Amino acid sequence: MKSPMQRILLTGFTVILAVFFVTPLLWFVFAPFNPQASLSVTIPQSPSLANFEEVLSNEMAMRGLLQNSVIIGIGTMVGTSLIAALAAYGISRGTLPGRKILTYVLILFSSVVSGTASMVPIFKLIYDLGLIDTHIGVILVMIGGSIPSAIFIMQDFVESVPRSYEEAAMVAGASPLQIFRDVTFPVMRPGVLVVGIWVLVGAWGSFLTPFILLRNIKLMPASVTFFLFYDLESGMPQIRLISAYAVLYTIPVLLLYLLINWRYGFRFFGGIKQ
Amino acid sequence: MQKAILSRELSLLFLAPALVFIALFLLYPFFSIIQMSFTNQTLVGANAINPQNVGFQNYVELFNTKDWMRQGEMGHSLWLTVQFVIGSALIGQAMLGLGIATAFNNRKGLLREIVFTLAIAAWIIPDVVVAFAWFAYLDPEGTLNMMLQAIGIQPLDWLFDYPMFSIILFNTWRGTAFSMLLFSSALASIPPSYMETADVIGASPWQKFRDILLPLLRRYIATDLILITLWTFNTFTPFLLTGGGPINRTNVISIYTYSVGLRFFEFGKASAIAVVVMLINLVLASIYLFVSRNQQGKTA
Repeated sequence: MKSPMQRILLTGFTVILAVFFVTPLLWFVFAPFNPQASLSVTIPQSPSLANFEEVLSNEMAMRGLLQNSVIIGIGTMVGTSLIAALAAYGISRGTLPGRKILTYVLILFSSVVSGTASMVPIFKLIYDLGLIDTHIGVILVMIGGSIPSAIFIMQDFVESVPRSYEEAAMVAGASPLQIFRDVTFPVMRPGVLVVGIWVLVGAWGSFLTPFILLRNIKLMPASVTFFLFYDLESGMPQIRLISAYAVLYTIPVLLLYLLINWRYGFRFFGGIKQ
Repeated sequence: MQKAILSRELSLLFLAPALVFIALFLLYPFFSIIQMSFTNQTLVGANAINPQNVGFQNYVELFNTKDWMRQGEMGHSLWLTVQFVIGSALIGQAMLGLGIATAFNNRKGLLREIVFTLAIAAWIIPDVVVAFAWFAYLDPEGTLNMMLQAIGIQPLDWLFDYPMFSIILFNTWRGTAFSMLLFSSALASIPPSYMETADVIGASPWQKFRDILLPLLRRYIATDLILITLWTFNTFTPFLLTGGGPINRTNVISIYTYSVGLRFFEFGKASAIAVVVMLINLVLASIYLFVSRNQQGKTA
C-alpha cells in the first residue's frame, strides 16, 4: 500500500497544494516589514518595523483591535455557546416531535436567509429596539446568525455524554437544571470550547454587521477600522500600513483556532455519525 | 427507544432562548422580506414613509423577458452565479476537498499537517484580510504573475481580463477546508478492514475509491454539496475583490441584491430578488435531499 511510487505521488500532491494555499498569503510575510511596500512581493531592501510603529500609534485603530473587536468577539462567543448548549441539550434529551430534522432545517433556513437582503429588516429591527450604534446590538445580531450552526455542532458533543451520568443524578434527586449545570455541561466543556472559538473567529472577521449597525468610530471593531488606513485625499489604501494592521488583526485568532483544532480535532455535527 | 430525560415542557424551556433569537433574527427578516417585496419601499422620498402595495410589480420587472438577460439584470446575474457555484463549489471545493481527504486518509505525519494547516488557515483568515491578500496576489505585478513568468508565461491582468476565473479560483482557495474536513471525518469512520480486504483481493486505488469509498460517502457528499452550494450562492466576499465588475462580469446574485438594496436603496425590488434567491436555494436543497434519500434507499 505504501509503495515508493505512492510516496512520491503524495509528496508531489502536497507540494502543489502547499503552493496553491500559501502563495496568496506570501505578500503578508514581506509587505508589513517593507516601508516601501507595493502590491508585488519583494524582499525588503531594508526591513523595518516602521509600518507597525505607525499602526500602533493610531489610537482609533488600536482601540478597534484591542477593545471593540474583543468585546464583540467575546460577547458573541459567550452568548452563542451558552444558548446553543442549552438548546442542544433540550433537543437531545427531550422528546420534541421532529427534533431529528429540526437543526437540519434551521441550518438550511439560516443559509437561505443570511443574504445581504436580510440586512434591511435587521437594521430596522435594531433601530426599533434602540440599539443602533451599540455593541450589544451588534452582538445580538451575530448571536442570532451563528446559533443554528452552533446548535448543529454542539449536538454532537451532547450526544457523546453518557446518559447514565444524568440518570444517576436524576435518581439522586437533582433537578433538570442542576443535572445540566453540574453533570452534562462540565463533561461537554471541550465541545463548548470548540464551538466558542469557532464563533469567536467568525465574529472577529465579520464586517457587514458592524459596518451597517455602528456609526461612532470609537465603537467600531478592527474589521471596519481598516478604512483608517485609506489615504484621505486619494481614497487609495495605504497598503504598507494595511498589511501591518492585517497581520496584527489575523495572527491572534489564527493561532487560537489552530491550537484548538490541533488539541481537540475538528468535530462535525450529529449528521456525520450514522 | 431510550427514555427521555426531559419532559416536553422542560425541553422547550431549554430551547427557549435559542427560539427567541431564531424568531427575531431569522423568522422576522424572512417574513419581512416577503412582505416588503410586494411594496415599492425606498430609503428616501415619499415611498420611504408610506410605501405602497404594488402587488407583483417588482417580480414582473425582474422577470421582464425582453431584457432580463442583459448585463446588470437579474437573469444575467443568475447565470453568472450558476457559473460561480459550479466552478468554485462543486468542481473546486468539493472535488479538491474529496481529493485531499482521500489522499491523506489513514495517514499521519508532516505532509498531512502542512496541507491541513494551510487549507484551514485560508478558511479562517478574516474576509477583509483575505481580500487584500488576493488583490495583491492577482495584481499585474503580483505573486501569481511572478510565478507564471518564472515558467515563461506572459503576465496577465487577472481581475480585469479573467474576473470570473479569478473569483472562482479565490473561492476554491477560501472554502476547500470545509469539504476537506467533512470528508476526512467521514472517511475516518469507515472501518480500515474494508480497505484491507480490498487490498487482499488486489483492488486498484481507483477501484477502491469507486466501489468502497464513494458509496459509503454518498450521504456526506450530499450534506457537503447542499451546504457549500448555499454558502457559495450567498457569499458576498467576491465583492471585496471585484465589486461586481468589470462591467458587471462578476455581478453574482449577492452583489446584485446588494447594489439594488443598499446602493440604490430600492428595498422593495431588492426584497423581491431575495425572495427569488430563497426559492432557488430551497429548490436546490430539496433536490440534493431527494437524490441522497433515493440513493440511500437503493444501497440500504
